[in-house]
Amino acid sequence: MSTIGIAATHLKYSLIETARVPMAIIGALVFPAISLLFFVVPQAAIAEDPRLATHAVIAVSIFAVMAGCLFNVGLDLAERREGAWDPYLRTMPVPGLARVLAHGARVLIIAIAAVLPVLAIGALLTAAEASAAGTVAGLGMLVLTAVPFVLLGTVIGYGLPPKAAIPVIMVAMMSLAFGGGLFLPPQLFPSWLADASAFLPTRQARELVIWAVQGGELAWWAPIGVLAWSGALLLVSVALLRRDAGRRFR
Amino acid sequence: MTTAPLAVLDRVTRRFGASVALDDVSLAIEPGVVLGLLGPNGAGKSTALSLLQGLRRPTSGTVSLFGGDPQHARSRAGLGSTPQQTALPPTLRVGETIDFIGAHFDDRMPTAQLADEFGLTVLLKRQNGALSGGQRRRLAVALAFVGRPRLVLLDEPTTGLDVDARRSLWDAVRRQHELGTTVVLTSHYLEEIEALAERVVVLGEGRVLVDDRLDAVLGVVDRRRVLLRTPHPEALAGVPGIDRRVDDDGLVVIDTADSDALIRELVLRGIPFSDLRVHGASLEEAFLALTAEPSA
Repeated sequence: MSTIGIAATHLKYSLIETARVPMAIIGALVFPAISLLFFVVPQAAIAEDPRLATHAVIAVSIFAVMAGCLFNVGLDLAERREGAWDPYLRTMPVPGLARVLAHGARVLIIAIAAVLPVLAIGALLTAAEASAAGTVAGLGMLVLTAVPFVLLGTVIGYGLPPKAAIPVIMVAMMSLAFGGGLFLPPQLFPSWLADASAFLPTRQARELVIWAVQGGELAWWAPIGVLAWSGALLLVSVALLRRDAGRRFR
Repeated sequence: MTTAPLAVLDRVTRRFGASVALDDVSLAIEPGVVLGLLGPNGAGKSTALSLLQGLRRPTSGTVSLFGGDPQHARSRAGLGSTPQQTALPPTLRVGETIDFIGAHFDDRMPTAQLADEFGLTVLLKRQNGALSGGQRRRLAVALAFVGRPRLVLLDEPTTGLDVDARRSLWDAVRRQHELGTTVVLTSHYLEEIEALAERVVVLGEGRVLVDDRLDAVLGVVDRRRVLLRTPHPEALAGVPGIDRRVDDDGLVVIDTADSDALIRELVLRGIPFSDLRVHGASLEEAFLALTAEPSA
């Protein structure tokens, strides 16, 4: 069978596994929609202002993607590493690329599934607006700015056992979300936090996606920051991966 | 039928940091046999299998599988192996697990047929997490055969099973072998190797200690341990048939191939003894004898 065909098979059974315990991903799917409902919709000052409401919908979408990546890459990897099923699949007569593709597709599907309710709530219950082209560009930029989150998930997954991965993911997710201006707009930050915020991948993603959707001026540090985070996290991931592959067992 | 080996380890050494898991091991797996890899924990059995599965690279030497490099996916098309029983994804059903693994092979055995061979038919709709230890083990072994492989690697296939479950699994493996599959199995149970293997390789501390037909190996590892007390342990020095003797404050421990002959000899020579006990040496003890005296 072709690599793509096998990747599709792996994806199918991984989604079946997920569907059997849907609670495992319900947090990733529902939490972003709920935070939009509770934090944004009741605040008329934001919800009824097209520009601010759009920013808020974008911020929560980034949160959805980040949460999806951290949980589905980080926790999944940590659990797979603990088990012996993944090494067994590695003995099958198909290239490793098939498993990587299947895993990437799964993360993408879950992230998009988490973003869709956010977009729906934003369109129906707030004044948020975006052109068709802006929406497509924004979704594309969401995927690009997810790279640091996927890599952060990889670092957590290869660096920690599952029991330690869960609290670390929670802490990382919450501090990145608040610090990056995903729950409260950065305009409300005290100046020191607004400065620090520019160093976080979530804040950088927020600037980039807003720019992709609405145009306007892009802060110079946003693309550089995303690239720097990606590079640094890639190096750490590769180092951890090497350490993992050299793990001794008989 | 070709007699070219299905898999070859040629002067393979595999190190993990400072320790040596395999030390200059050469081994050819000929088609049609059941080869038993026997040895205590840490002898290098699983390392040897992981090299054949392409999960690891040798530190030096070469490993070939069906004439290719086991690290290449294509080379593994004729290879079947078992996951650890704890590895099965708990939420997948038995039938789904078989279909999932079967999808990797071009000419796979239909799920119903495989389930019938391994007594899994009534379990196909059950989730893996709901299976008993013995049922999981049957599924794990069955998965090795789903792709109609030419070579199957079974790592400790029946460890932890009760006698009945063990025998029925052995029968299933034997049937597959009779259909033409070559089998390599590791075990530290002599009984399991006796039941299935035709050729036996004994590994110890990463080296091949014995590579011979089953009956020859049984002659080497089937020993007795005799314990007795005697006031004159020095008189034992000239007695024939003593492979290994340890004196411990009047208690003497003797390893021998023939305990009956040894005891007759003690009586004939008038050597006084008391507290006589004889038991079959465990495989562990037999390995100890092999490792201590490679010439034995």
